[in-house]
Amino acid sequence: MNNPHPAIELSGISKAFGPVKANKDVSLSVAVGSIHGIVGENGAGKSTLMSILYGFYEADAGEIRVRGELRRIRSSSDAIAAGIGMVHQHFMLVEPLSVVENIVLGAEGGALLKRGIGKARAELARLSQEYGLAIDPDAIVGELSVGLQQRVEILKALYRGAEVLILDEPTAVLTPAEADQLFELLRALKAQGKTVILITHKLREIMAVTDRVSVMRRGEMVAHVETERTSPAELAEAMVGRRVLLRVEKTPRKRGAPVLEAAGLSVIDERGCETLRDASLTLHEGEIVGIAGVAGNGQSELLDVLAGLTQPARGVIRLGGKILNAADRNPANLRRLGLMHIPEDRLRTGLVTAFAAAENAILGYHDDPAFGRGPFLSPTLIEQHARAGMQDYDVRPVDPGLKTAKFSGGNQQKIVLAREIERAPKVLLVGQPTRGVDIGAIEFIHRRLIALRDAGVAILLVSVELEEVMALSDRILALCGGQITGEREAVATDERDLGLLMAGVSERAA
Amino acid sequence: MEIVQTIAVILDSTIRLSIPLLCAALAGLWSERSGVVDIGLEGKMLIAAFASAVVAYHSGSAWAGLGAGMLAAIALSLVHGFAAITWRGNQIVSGVAINMLAVGLTAILGNAWYGQGGRTPNLEGAARFPELDLPFVGALKEIPVFGPIYDIAISGHAAPVYLAVLALVLTALTLKHTRFGLRLRAVGENPAAVDTAGVSVAGLRYAAVIICGALCGLGGTYLAVSQSAGFLPQMTAGKGFIALAAVIFANWRPWPALFACLLFGLLDAVAIRLQGVVLPGIGQVPVQAIQALPYVMTVVLLAGFIGKATPPKASGLPYVKER
Repeated sequence: MNNPHPAIELSGISKAFGPVKANKDVSLSVAVGSIHGIVGENGAGKSTLMSILYGFYEADAGEIRVRGELRRIRSSSDAIAAGIGMVHQHFMLVEPLSVVENIVLGAEGGALLKRGIGKARAELARLSQEYGLAIDPDAIVGELSVGLQQRVEILKALYRGAEVLILDEPTAVLTPAEADQLFELLRALKAQGKTVILITHKLREIMAVTDRVSVMRRGEMVAHVETERTSPAELAEAMVGRRVLLRVEKTPRKRGAPVLEAAGLSVIDERGCETLRDASLTLHEGEIVGIAGVAGNGQSELLDVLAGLTQPARGVIRLGGKILNAADRNPANLRRLGLMHIPEDRLRTGLVTAFAAAENAILGYHDDPAFGRGPFLSPTLIEQHARAGMQDYDVRPVDPGLKTAKFSGGNQQKIVLAREIERAPKVLLVGQPTRGVDIGAIEFIHRRLIALRDAGVAILLVSVELEEVMALSDRILALCGGQITGEREAVATDERDLGLLMAGVSERAA
Repeated sequence: MEIVQTIAVILDSTIRLSIPLLCAALAGLWSERSGVVDIGLEGKMLIAAFASAVVAYHSGSAWAGLGAGMLAAIALSLVHGFAAITWRGNQIVSGVAINMLAVGLTAILGNAWYGQGGRTPNLEGAARFPELDLPFVGALKEIPVFGPIYDIAISGHAAPVYLAVLALVLTALTLKHTRFGLRLRAVGENPAAVDTAGVSVAGLRYAAVIICGALCGLGGTYLAVSQSAGFLPQMTAGKGFIALAAVIFANWRPWPALFACLLFGLLDAVAIRLQGVVLPGIGQVPVQAIQALPYVMTVVLLAGFIGKATPPKASGLPYVKER
């Protein structure tokens, strides 16, 4: 196969949203039949660039060439006509519809559905064979697992005759095994001469599957390299613009007395499903216990029940050796007892984004007499307090009066972190500490958590990033379907082993 | 045979009373399945009732009245669509505005033009829809049970009744079996999926809103030009809202919507029949209490008897491309 023209050639692409320049004079060339990675921190402009290529936005300036031919792509239908397909990070699926209905949507082939659906069934069967993408065409999409939903998205693009497939953070929602399957599929697509553009911030994936990689930073393209000739450290440096430590450095733990003990915890949600089943765990002073699991397997329920946000259907929780009865288990009381919580979703539960940073910095502690006189809050005291915290945690900009929504994800997370950590917790529950946070801030947050552990705090860490769980934890519990499927010392396990536990494969014979 | 007669008569008035509800419910269904919440059904029916009565009176043609009623309701629909789709405004506010506009506009224009306290002049002859006899009525009449029901309840309605039934069948078939129906179902659930599939979200929603207007027009026209002989101020009397309830009751599906509307119509029919009847132990029930029955039942049904209603996920949400 000798194609003189690249599959996709972007030159001089610029796009601004108001004052924010999301893309500045970006150029990119993707060879036919290759897997091309695009990496960059959150907000580096990767998704914007791909949205321009897919016609979701129109660029302010620049040219798009598809196989050497100049194209104007002003809508998704232009992109589809140019043979470009996209698998969005948040799937573009209609959940109550069936697989085949989702696949034909927008390409029905006639005013009546019957013929188009028949044709799609045949085509689905063919694609399934060719790429090993088995799927039931009549299944309701909303009832499929996330991995299968992604498969539907890929099939949708292939059904429309996509020659170039863009995948935006495709592995964020997958188990390691599912991710490996996806990579197999991408290789199969490549073997068929298709071109794949893979957007991610996970360097491991880039190294595993791509041929070339382009690095974006602050809206600009800063490097194009052959994957073989680079390393994760080099890529990380290009992404951040300075050297970063990818590994978390820590000394062996000094494990103290147990502080938080939970036995036989079960949670039943409002639909009557048992989302957490008979979970038992113990947190000791001076250790980080990580929870490994694919999102939606009971981690959130575990955090919520330990933080007193929901009540367990069964089970006992002890804090400092004392049994907590139902009346004790409310967030305010637990905080008084030294159990702090950094919620998984900072935008929904951690912060009121319409409030100023200073107001958010005292959220939940507003009745502390240090912040006011009598029934009145003192804006001066609150601001001083917030300013000190922001400086300590390197929140930028140091502007306590700025609305929290205006800070970047990493800085928002640091505001939450500062609020909970400076209260000298005995136990700290941490959910997704670095979700949507850039590499520089990740490094900072990780160091703080380790420092806290070294100071004797018991930390429970929930994260969908398996790498993060493995790097920070001393001990790891795997959750699958609401049950704890295994426990490992962090030094005595690996990704494969944990992946099996996360998939619910029961304890291997020791 | 007496009982069959009675049932047939009640069934007949049930159908008559259900038809405006059915039209409005289908209208609401189209709009909401596309993602546009429409609490302005009431106002649109009212304006259609007025426009159809006026045009039917002056032209002497019920069909011209129907055309005018539909156009008037579609015009209001487009106002709602413009606010909700193009300008991404709040759909509830826009709907409330349309309801208020319709009440005020019809009363003022009616009074200014005819000086009869807001009423339009009585319609006679061809200005009203005649009752149509369905085929074989004479022959089938003699069959026990089915005969009288066919004769009294099914046959002998005006054209808008049969048009409404046709609209129901077409709605159900279109939603299920056509490209337009698939796209419409999708756009109310996840407009981004439709957009990325290369289909215009706004186009689909405008189409749905226009259909919604046409159906409101049919319902309003039926009220003024067929059920009554002219327009009365506020003659829709909350039917647009009961239709919304029926849509929820039916979980946004066409055939269940028919049954919901028939149920509400039946309550109305029974209420009318109960007027002046002395019930043992209670005595004569006050007219007001009986008239309130359908509304009370609506509240009870909606509050207690319906399981979880799951509206189209994107209904009420303007579509903005995410950043």
